[in-house]
Amino acid sequence: MTPQIYLDNAATTRVHPKVVEAMLPFFTEGYGNPSSLYELGQQAKAAVTDARERIAAHINAKAQDIYFTSGGTESDNWALKSTADAYSDKGRHIITSAIEHHAISHSAEWLKRHGYEITYLGVDEKGLIDPAELEAAIRPDTTLVSIIFANNEIGTIEPIKELAAITHRHGAVFHTDAVQALTNIPIDVVDLDVDMLSASGHKFSGPKGIGFLYIRKGIKTKSFLDGGAQERKRRASTENVPGIIGMARALDIAIENYAERTKHECDLRDHLIRRVLAEVEHSRLNGDAVKRLPGNANFSFEFVEGESLLLSLEQKGILGSSGSACASGSLDPSHVLLAIGLPHEIAHGSLRLTLSEDTTLDEIDYTVEAIKEVVAHLRNMSPLFEDFVAGKKKISAVK
Amino acid sequence: MAYSEKVMEHFTNPRNMGEIENPSGVGTVGNAQCGDIMRVYFDIDDEGIIRDVKFKTFGCAAAVATSSMATELVKGKTVQEALAVTNAAVCEALDGLPPIKVHCSLLAEEAIHAALWDYAEKNGIVIEGLEQPKSDIHEDEEDEEEY
Repeated sequence: MTPQIYLDNAATTRVHPKVVEAMLPFFTEGYGNPSSLYELGQQAKAAVTDARERIAAHINAKAQDIYFTSGGTESDNWALKSTADAYSDKGRHIITSAIEHHAISHSAEWLKRHGYEITYLGVDEKGLIDPAELEAAIRPDTTLVSIIFANNEIGTIEPIKELAAITHRHGAVFHTDAVQALTNIPIDVVDLDVDMLSASGHKFSGPKGIGFLYIRKGIKTKSFLDGGAQERKRRASTENVPGIIGMARALDIAIENYAERTKHECDLRDHLIRRVLAEVEHSRLNGDAVKRLPGNANFSFEFVEGESLLLSLEQKGILGSSGSACASGSLDPSHVLLAIGLPHEIAHGSLRLTLSEDTTLDEIDYTVEAIKEVVAHLRNMSPLFEDFVAGKKKISAVK
Repeated sequence: MAYSEKVMEHFTNPRNMGEIENPSGVGTVGNAQCGDIMRVYFDIDDEGIIRDVKFKTFGCAAAVATSSMATELVKGKTVQEALAVTNAAVCEALDGLPPIKVHCSLLAEEAIHAALWDYAEKNGIVIEGLEQPKSDIHEDEEDEEEY
């Protein structure tokens, strides 16, 4: 029987059974609305308050600075659009990077359509932002800088503390999308000195549809959803009580086992990277080898297309993802892989494998063998590889 | 992305994959949009019948499956019959393609036309109704190609 090896934990994670257990009573017993004055409602409110305090403590924030949202995408939309709006009297210039998640980059495009000017900082071949570039790009009318903490595709970890410091020296607000970073990198919002931070529950074994935005006291931002008085009147809508409880529980577990979990993932990741680079010719690692998320490996295999690679691996039970255009359902390969300077035809042949604490050494070794077989098969079928072997220059038609 | 069983079957077990030495005609076409490159080789006898056909493809599952199916549809056919094989026929034989993948089937049709064009040029003949495909990558000038 074909095994199922889930190596797409950056897409989403399996909900931890203890998280499910913590959530269940809030569907059928503690189902009250936290805004209701009777006991059933107040119990739910107390549970939400407790969850908020625990989440805040895990990132060294104050409980009243944690705002629950429907997930990372909403947090990012809120942070960009409503904060830009709140500071629009001061200026209309926003700085972000070329390797943001679409929740940020498409929000930035929305702002551009509404009269804002956007500067996109480039990255080097490892995906790193140069703080000097931010220093050079920032202007008196810059109100907001938003930089991804750790990239979702190539796993590169950005120098957030340094970037926040530069931003503050110039009097602007600093936001970071920490959706991939939270639980994989220690986060202390006081030490990092960030003003806003986005997070999403389902990336760390919590449920889908719940996230939060940290907004430091004193930062101006407008309410993102208008309606009731929930979330200190900044985000209307009845609280997703089971989701909030589940996210808090998931974060408790992830912070508690941080050291052993990330060590396990780093060890297996480095084993995977070493074997693939040594045993598959014409392969490369995308992203930085060291400043890298614990569970993230991102490869490019020349002369091979990503969707074919993914489907072939799926037939062997391995679930991963690719930055190829075909795999994403769009026509362009990943903007992140293009931003680190990969040519189109190599960006098309990328494979992202993201590990979890449940991943085993046997699974990784099986995966390496599968990659070797599948890449050899696809290269045997590839006219690009045929030309390469024949000593011709590569076809340059794929632009 | 939901592919038909037939697409997955041809992707998993592609027919006619490989090369032909000293082919009667060979054509390579590329589609910059999706990053697909397709090459078709023909062995055509003196009667103008396609005795053998092989392909090589760099691309997604739809590109591989359409290459496989297109080569099946022209094998053993005359040049004129091969010319009449359309991308719609290839799609239909595969029980359809997802809308965003239909352009992959165009590539298969073009690769066949490019290989026929090469065959016609080599033999100094004119194949009625055949035009040089737009995305044809000429073997000897491929470095100059810009898309």
